[in-house]
Amino acid sequence: MKLTIYRYDPDQDERPYLKDYEVELAQSDRMLLDALVRAKAQDDSLAFRRSCREGVCGSDAININGRNGLACITKIADLPQHVTLRPLPGLPVIRDLIVDMTQFFRQYESVKPYLVNHDAPPERERLQSPVERDELNGLYECILCACCTTACPSFWWNPDKFVGPAGLLQAYRFLADSRDQATSERLDDLEDPYRLFRCHTIMNCVDVCPKNLNPTRAIGKIKEMMVRRAV
Amino acid sequence: MVNRVVVGAHYGLLDWLAQRITGALIALYLVVLGGGWLLATRPLTFETWQGLFAQGWMRVATLLFAVSVAWHAWIGLRDILMDYVKPAGLRLGLQVLVLLTVAAYLGWAVQILWR
Repeated sequence: MKLTIYRYDPDQDERPYLKDYEVELAQSDRMLLDALVRAKAQDDSLAFRRSCREGVCGSDAININGRNGLACITKIADLPQHVTLRPLPGLPVIRDLIVDMTQFFRQYESVKPYLVNHDAPPERERLQSPVERDELNGLYECILCACCTTACPSFWWNPDKFVGPAGLLQAYRFLADSRDQATSERLDDLEDPYRLFRCHTIMNCVDVCPKNLNPTRAIGKIKEMMVRRAV
Repeated sequence: MVNRVVVGAHYGLLDWLAQRITGALIALYLVVLGGGWLLATRPLTFETWQGLFAQGWMRVATLLFAVSVAWHAWIGLRDILMDYVKPAGLRLGLQVLVLLTVAAYLGWAVQILWR
Protein backbone atom coordinates (compact mmCIF):
# COMPACT_ATOMS: atom_id res chain seq x y z
CA MET A 1 0.00 0.00 0.00
CA LYS A 2 1.31 3.43 -0.90
CA LEU A 3 0.87 6.26 1.57
CA THR A 4 1.67 9.86 0.74
CA ILE A 5 1.89 11.72 4.01
CA TYR A 6 2.07 15.44 4.81
CA ARG A 7 5.25 16.11 6.73
CA TYR A 8 6.16 19.26 8.58
CA ASP A 9 8.46 19.82 11.52
CA PRO A 10 8.52 23.58 12.15
CA ASP A 11 11.90 23.29 13.93
CA GLN A 12 13.58 21.80 10.86
CA ASP A 13 11.49 22.29 7.74
CA GLU A 14 11.13 25.58 5.98
CA ARG A 15 7.82 24.46 4.52
CA PRO A 16 5.58 21.39 4.58
CA TYR A 17 6.15 18.62 2.02
CA LEU A 18 4.62 15.29 1.04
CA LYS A 19 6.57 12.10 1.59
CA ASP A 20 5.83 8.69 0.05
CA TYR A 21 5.79 5.48 2.06
CA GLU A 22 5.48 1.98 0.67
CA VAL A 23 4.11 -0.20 3.47
CA GLU A 24 3.89 -3.98 3.58
CA LEU A 25 0.58 -4.89 5.18
CA ALA A 26 0.25 -7.94 7.38
CA GLN A 27 -2.69 -10.32 7.15
CA SER A 28 -4.20 -8.84 10.31
CA ASP A 29 -4.06 -5.21 9.18
CA ARG A 30 -7.63 -4.00 8.71
CA MET A 31 -7.72 -0.28 9.30
CA LEU A 32 -5.82 2.71 7.96
CA LEU A 33 -4.31 3.24 11.42
CA ASP A 34 -2.58 -0.16 11.07
CA ALA A 35 -0.94 1.10 7.87
CA LEU A 36 0.06 4.36 9.58
CA VAL A 37 1.68 2.43 12.43
CA ARG A 38 3.65 0.42 9.81
CA ALA A 39 4.80 3.69 8.22
CA LYS A 40 5.94 4.92 11.61
CA ALA A 41 7.88 1.68 12.10
CA GLN A 42 9.79 2.57 8.90
CA ASP A 43 10.31 6.20 9.85
CA ASP A 44 9.96 7.02 13.52
CA SER A 45 10.09 10.77 12.89
CA LEU A 46 6.51 10.56 11.58
CA ALA A 47 4.12 12.06 14.13
CA PHE A 48 0.39 11.44 14.53
CA ARG A 49 -2.06 11.10 17.40
CA ARG A 50 -3.85 7.89 18.27
CA SER A 51 -5.09 6.29 21.43
CA CYS A 52 -8.06 3.92 21.68
CA ARG A 53 -7.73 2.66 18.07
CA GLU A 54 -11.45 1.87 17.94
CA GLY A 55 -13.26 5.12 17.11
CA VAL A 56 -14.02 6.17 20.66
CA CYS A 57 -11.35 8.70 21.62
CA GLY A 58 -11.29 10.72 18.41
CA SER A 59 -7.52 11.28 18.49
CA ASP A 60 -6.62 10.08 15.00
CA ALA A 61 -8.84 12.35 12.96
CA ILE A 62 -6.98 13.13 9.73
CA ASN A 63 -7.71 14.13 6.18
CA ILE A 64 -7.79 10.94 4.10
CA ASN A 65 -7.69 11.49 0.33
CA GLY A 66 -9.29 14.88 0.86
CA ARG A 67 -11.96 13.74 3.29
CA ASN A 68 -11.81 13.98 7.08
CA GLY A 69 -12.14 10.73 9.00
CA LEU A 70 -10.75 8.57 11.77
CA ALA A 71 -7.82 6.43 10.66
CA CYS A 72 -8.74 3.71 13.16
CA ILE A 73 -12.19 3.00 11.72
CA THR A 74 -11.40 3.62 8.06
CA LYS A 75 -11.10 0.21 6.43
CA ILE A 76 -8.08 -0.35 4.18
CA ALA A 77 -10.36 -2.43 1.95
CA ASP A 78 -12.50 0.65 1.28
CA LEU A 79 -9.52 2.77 0.22
CA PRO A 80 -7.65 2.89 -3.09
CA GLN A 81 -4.09 1.51 -3.22
CA HIS A 82 -2.65 5.01 -3.02
CA VAL A 83 -3.78 7.10 -0.05
CA THR A 84 -2.79 10.71 0.69
CA LEU A 85 -2.93 11.75 4.33
CA ARG A 86 -2.93 15.33 5.50
CA PRO A 87 -3.65 16.98 8.85
CA LEU A 88 -7.19 18.23 9.50
CA PRO A 89 -7.68 21.40 7.44
CA GLY A 90 -8.18 24.81 8.98
CA LEU A 91 -6.21 24.32 12.19
CA PRO A 92 -2.54 25.20 12.81
CA VAL A 93 -0.19 22.26 12.30
CA ILE A 94 2.01 21.40 15.28
CA ARG A 95 3.86 18.68 13.45
CA ASP A 96 3.07 16.27 10.57
CA LEU A 97 -0.51 15.04 11.11
CA ILE A 98 -0.89 16.68 14.53
CA VAL A 99 -2.94 19.88 14.66
CA ASP A 100 -3.41 22.45 17.40
CA MET A 101 -7.01 21.93 18.61
CA THR A 102 -7.06 24.98 20.93
CA GLN A 103 -9.46 26.95 18.74
CA PHE A 104 -11.79 23.97 18.41
CA PHE A 105 -11.97 23.38 22.16
CA ARG A 106 -12.31 27.10 22.88
CA GLN A 107 -15.48 27.12 20.78
CA TYR A 108 -16.68 23.92 22.45
CA GLU A 109 -16.16 25.42 25.93
CA SER A 110 -17.97 28.60 24.90
CA VAL A 111 -21.33 26.80 24.66
CA LYS A 112 -21.09 25.71 28.34
CA PRO A 113 -21.20 22.00 27.57
CA TYR A 114 -22.49 20.95 30.98
CA LEU A 115 -25.82 20.74 32.73
CA VAL A 116 -26.99 23.98 34.35
CA ASN A 117 -29.51 23.21 37.08
CA HIS A 118 -29.89 25.37 40.16
CA ASP A 119 -32.14 22.99 42.09
CA ALA A 120 -30.61 21.13 45.00
CA PRO A 121 -29.32 17.79 43.72
CA PRO A 122 -31.80 15.02 44.50
CA GLU A 123 -30.71 12.12 46.65
CA ARG A 124 -30.18 9.79 43.69
CA GLU A 125 -30.33 11.34 40.22
CA ARG A 126 -32.20 13.87 38.11
CA LEU A 127 -34.78 11.68 36.43
CA GLN A 128 -35.92 11.87 32.83
CA SER A 129 -38.78 10.08 31.13
CA PRO A 130 -37.75 7.69 28.33
CA VAL A 131 -39.15 10.19 25.80
CA GLU A 132 -37.06 13.02 27.27
CA ARG A 133 -33.99 10.78 27.25
CA ASP A 134 -34.59 9.91 23.59
CA GLU A 135 -34.14 13.58 22.72
CA LEU A 136 -30.43 13.21 23.48
CA ASN A 137 -29.87 10.38 21.02
CA GLY A 138 -27.76 11.46 18.08
CA LEU A 139 -26.25 14.25 20.20
CA TYR A 140 -24.46 12.78 23.19
CA GLU A 141 -22.44 10.33 21.05
CA CYS A 142 -20.10 13.05 19.74
CA ILE A 143 -16.45 12.21 20.50
CA LEU A 144 -15.08 15.69 19.65
CA CYS A 145 -12.71 14.41 16.97
CA ALA A 146 -13.15 17.71 15.05
CA CYS A 147 -13.71 15.99 11.68
CA CYS A 148 -16.91 18.00 11.15
CA THR A 149 -15.73 21.40 12.34
CA THR A 150 -12.53 21.28 10.30
CA ALA A 151 -14.52 20.26 7.19
CA CYS A 152 -16.74 23.33 7.56
CA PRO A 153 -15.88 26.29 5.28
CA SER A 154 -17.64 28.67 7.68
CA PHE A 155 -15.24 27.52 10.42
CA TRP A 156 -12.28 27.98 8.07
CA TRP A 157 -13.28 31.59 7.44
CA ASN A 158 -14.23 32.48 11.04
CA PRO A 159 -12.68 29.95 13.45
CA ASP A 160 -12.50 32.57 16.21
CA LYS A 161 -16.17 33.58 15.98
CA PHE A 162 -18.21 30.70 14.55
CA VAL A 163 -18.87 27.95 17.11
CA GLY A 164 -18.72 25.26 14.42
CA PRO A 165 -20.77 22.10 13.94
CA ALA A 166 -19.30 20.11 16.85
CA GLY A 167 -19.82 22.94 19.33
CA LEU A 168 -23.34 23.63 18.07
CA LEU A 169 -24.25 19.94 18.25
CA GLN A 170 -23.22 20.02 21.91
CA ALA A 171 -25.05 23.32 22.43
CA TYR A 172 -28.22 21.62 21.22
CA ARG A 173 -27.47 18.55 23.35
CA PHE A 174 -27.95 20.78 26.43
CA LEU A 175 -30.81 22.79 24.90
CA ALA A 176 -32.64 19.50 24.34
CA ASP A 177 -31.96 18.23 27.87
CA SER A 178 -35.10 18.30 30.02
CA ARG A 179 -32.95 18.70 33.15
CA ASP A 180 -31.23 21.87 31.96
CA GLN A 181 -32.52 25.22 33.26
CA ALA A 182 -30.45 27.62 31.17
CA THR A 183 -32.32 27.23 27.88
CA SER A 184 -33.05 30.91 27.37
CA GLU A 185 -29.52 32.00 28.32
CA ARG A 186 -28.10 29.43 25.93
CA LEU A 187 -30.32 30.71 23.10
CA ASP A 188 -29.38 34.32 23.95
CA ASP A 189 -25.71 33.39 23.73
CA LEU A 190 -26.13 31.69 20.36
CA GLU A 191 -28.34 34.32 18.74
CA ASP A 192 -25.48 35.97 16.98
CA PRO A 193 -24.61 36.51 13.33
CA TYR A 194 -21.25 34.81 13.86
CA ARG A 195 -21.68 32.22 16.61
CA LEU A 196 -24.66 30.43 15.06
CA PHE A 197 -25.71 32.12 11.85
CA ARG A 198 -22.41 31.58 10.00
CA CYS A 199 -23.81 28.10 9.27
CA HIS A 200 -24.93 28.15 5.64
CA THR A 201 -26.19 24.53 5.65
CA ILE A 202 -23.24 23.33 3.58
CA MET A 203 -23.54 19.96 5.36
CA ASN A 204 -19.88 18.90 5.06
CA CYS A 205 -20.22 18.12 8.77
CA VAL A 206 -22.92 15.51 8.15
CA ASP A 207 -20.93 14.09 5.25
CA VAL A 208 -17.75 13.40 7.24
CA CYS A 209 -18.96 12.59 10.79
CA PRO A 210 -17.41 9.21 11.64
CA LYS A 211 -20.17 8.59 14.18
CA ASN A 212 -22.90 9.35 11.62
CA LEU A 213 -24.26 12.26 13.62
CA ASN A 214 -26.09 15.19 12.05
CA PRO A 215 -24.89 18.60 13.29
CA THR A 216 -26.88 20.37 10.56
CA ARG A 217 -30.11 18.96 11.97
CA ALA A 218 -29.09 20.07 15.48
CA ILE A 219 -28.35 23.58 14.18
CA GLY A 220 -31.76 23.59 12.49
CA LYS A 221 -33.37 22.62 15.80
CA ILE A 222 -31.58 25.48 17.57
CA LYS A 223 -32.96 27.91 14.98
CA GLU A 224 -36.39 26.33 15.37
CA MET A 225 -36.24 26.88 19.15
CA MET A 226 -35.28 30.51 18.57
CA VAL A 227 -38.20 30.99 16.19
CA ARG A 228 -40.61 29.36 18.65
CA ARG A 229 -39.30 31.66 21.37
CA ALA A 230 -39.60 34.77 19.20
CA VAL A 231 -42.95 34.41 17.44
CA MET B 1 -7.46 45.67 22.21
CA VAL B 2 -4.77 43.57 20.52
CA ASN B 3 -6.37 40.51 18.93
CA ARG B 4 -9.38 40.61 21.22
CA VAL B 5 -12.18 38.63 19.60
CA VAL B 6 -15.43 40.49 20.03
CA VAL B 7 -18.52 38.44 19.42
CA GLY B 8 -22.09 38.55 20.73
CA ALA B 9 -24.03 41.06 18.64
CA HIS B 10 -27.27 39.24 19.51
CA TYR B 11 -29.05 39.49 16.20
CA GLY B 12 -29.40 37.17 13.28
CA LEU B 13 -32.65 35.29 13.80
CA LEU B 14 -34.74 37.97 12.07
CA ASP B 15 -32.35 38.04 9.10
CA TRP B 16 -32.28 34.27 8.83
CA LEU B 17 -36.07 34.07 8.98
CA ALA B 18 -36.48 37.00 6.58
CA GLN B 19 -34.16 35.32 4.09
CA ARG B 20 -36.38 32.22 4.09
CA ILE B 21 -39.65 34.13 3.84
CA THR B 22 -38.42 36.50 1.12
CA GLY B 23 -37.00 33.47 -0.74
CA ALA B 24 -40.43 31.84 -0.68
CA LEU B 25 -42.08 35.08 -1.88
CA ILE B 26 -39.57 35.42 -4.74
CA ALA B 27 -40.24 31.82 -5.81
CA LEU B 28 -44.01 32.34 -5.57
CA TYR B 29 -43.91 35.49 -7.71
CA LEU B 30 -41.62 33.96 -10.33
CA VAL B 31 -43.37 30.60 -10.56
CA VAL B 32 -47.04 31.58 -10.20
CA LEU B 33 -47.18 35.06 -11.68
CA GLY B 34 -44.13 34.96 -13.94
CA GLY B 35 -44.20 31.36 -15.15
CA GLY B 36 -47.94 30.76 -14.97
CA TRP B 37 -48.99 34.01 -16.62
CA LEU B 38 -46.29 33.83 -19.29
CA LEU B 39 -47.30 30.30 -20.29
CA ALA B 40 -51.03 31.02 -20.21
CA THR B 41 -50.99 34.25 -22.14
CA ARG B 42 -50.84 34.05 -25.93
CA PRO B 43 -50.01 36.09 -27.90
CA LEU B 44 -47.58 38.08 -25.76
CA THR B 45 -47.64 41.63 -27.02
CA PHE B 46 -46.65 45.00 -25.63
CA GLU B 47 -50.33 45.68 -24.93
CA THR B 48 -50.84 42.51 -22.86
CA TRP B 49 -47.74 43.38 -20.80
CA GLN B 50 -48.97 46.91 -20.33
CA GLY B 51 -52.44 45.66 -19.43
CA LEU B 52 -50.98 43.36 -16.75
CA PHE B 53 -48.94 46.10 -15.13
CA ALA B 54 -51.75 48.64 -15.37
CA GLN B 55 -53.57 46.69 -12.68
CA GLY B 56 -53.01 47.82 -9.11
CA TRP B 57 -52.65 44.35 -7.61
CA MET B 58 -49.86 43.49 -10.07
CA ARG B 59 -47.98 46.63 -9.16
CA VAL B 60 -48.29 45.86 -5.44
CA ALA B 61 -47.27 42.22 -6.00
CA THR B 62 -44.26 43.37 -8.03
CA LEU B 63 -43.33 45.89 -5.35
CA LEU B 64 -43.46 43.11 -2.73
CA PHE B 65 -41.29 41.03 -5.04
CA ALA B 66 -38.79 43.87 -5.46
CA VAL B 67 -38.66 44.47 -1.69
CA SER B 68 -38.12 40.71 -1.16
CA VAL B 69 -35.28 40.62 -3.68
CA ALA B 70 -33.68 43.70 -2.10
CA TRP B 71 -33.94 42.35 1.45
CA HIS B 72 -32.80 38.85 0.37
CA ALA B 73 -29.85 40.29 -1.54
CA TRP B 74 -28.81 42.50 1.38
CA ILE B 75 -28.74 39.55 3.81
CA GLY B 76 -26.96 37.29 1.32
CA LEU B 77 -24.33 39.83 0.36
CA ARG B 78 -23.76 40.81 3.99
CA ASP B 79 -23.21 37.10 4.75
CA ILE B 80 -20.59 36.89 2.00
CA LEU B 81 -18.84 40.01 3.32
CA MET B 82 -18.91 38.64 6.89
CA ASP B 83 -17.38 35.38 5.65
CA TYR B 84 -14.61 36.73 3.48
CA VAL B 85 -13.77 40.35 4.34
CA LYS B 86 -11.73 40.41 7.54
CA PRO B 87 -10.89 44.11 8.21
CA ALA B 88 -13.96 45.50 10.02
CA GLY B 89 -13.64 48.98 8.49
CA LEU B 90 -13.54 47.65 4.94
CA ARG B 91 -16.44 45.31 5.74
CA LEU B 92 -18.56 48.19 7.04
CA GLY B 93 -17.70 50.28 3.98
CA LEU B 94 -18.70 47.48 1.61
CA GLN B 95 -21.88 46.82 3.57
CA VAL B 96 -22.87 50.47 3.26
CA LEU B 97 -22.14 50.26 -0.47
CA VAL B 98 -24.35 47.16 -0.81
CA LEU B 99 -27.17 48.82 1.17
CA LEU B 100 -27.04 51.95 -0.96
CA THR B 101 -27.00 49.92 -4.19
CA VAL B 102 -29.93 47.78 -3.06
CA ALA B 103 -31.88 50.88 -1.96
CA ALA B 104 -31.18 52.60 -5.30
CA TYR B 105 -32.42 49.58 -7.26
CA LEU B 106 -35.53 49.46 -5.11
CA GLY B 107 -36.21 53.14 -5.76
CA TRP B 108 -35.72 52.58 -9.47
CA ALA B 109 -38.18 49.65 -9.38
CA VAL B 110 -40.82 51.86 -7.72
CA GLN B 111 -40.23 54.55 -10.34
CA ILE B 112 -40.68 52.04 -13.18
CA LEU B 113 -43.84 50.56 -11.64
CA TRP B 114 -45.64 53.87 -11.07
CA ARG B 115 -44.48 56.00 -13.94
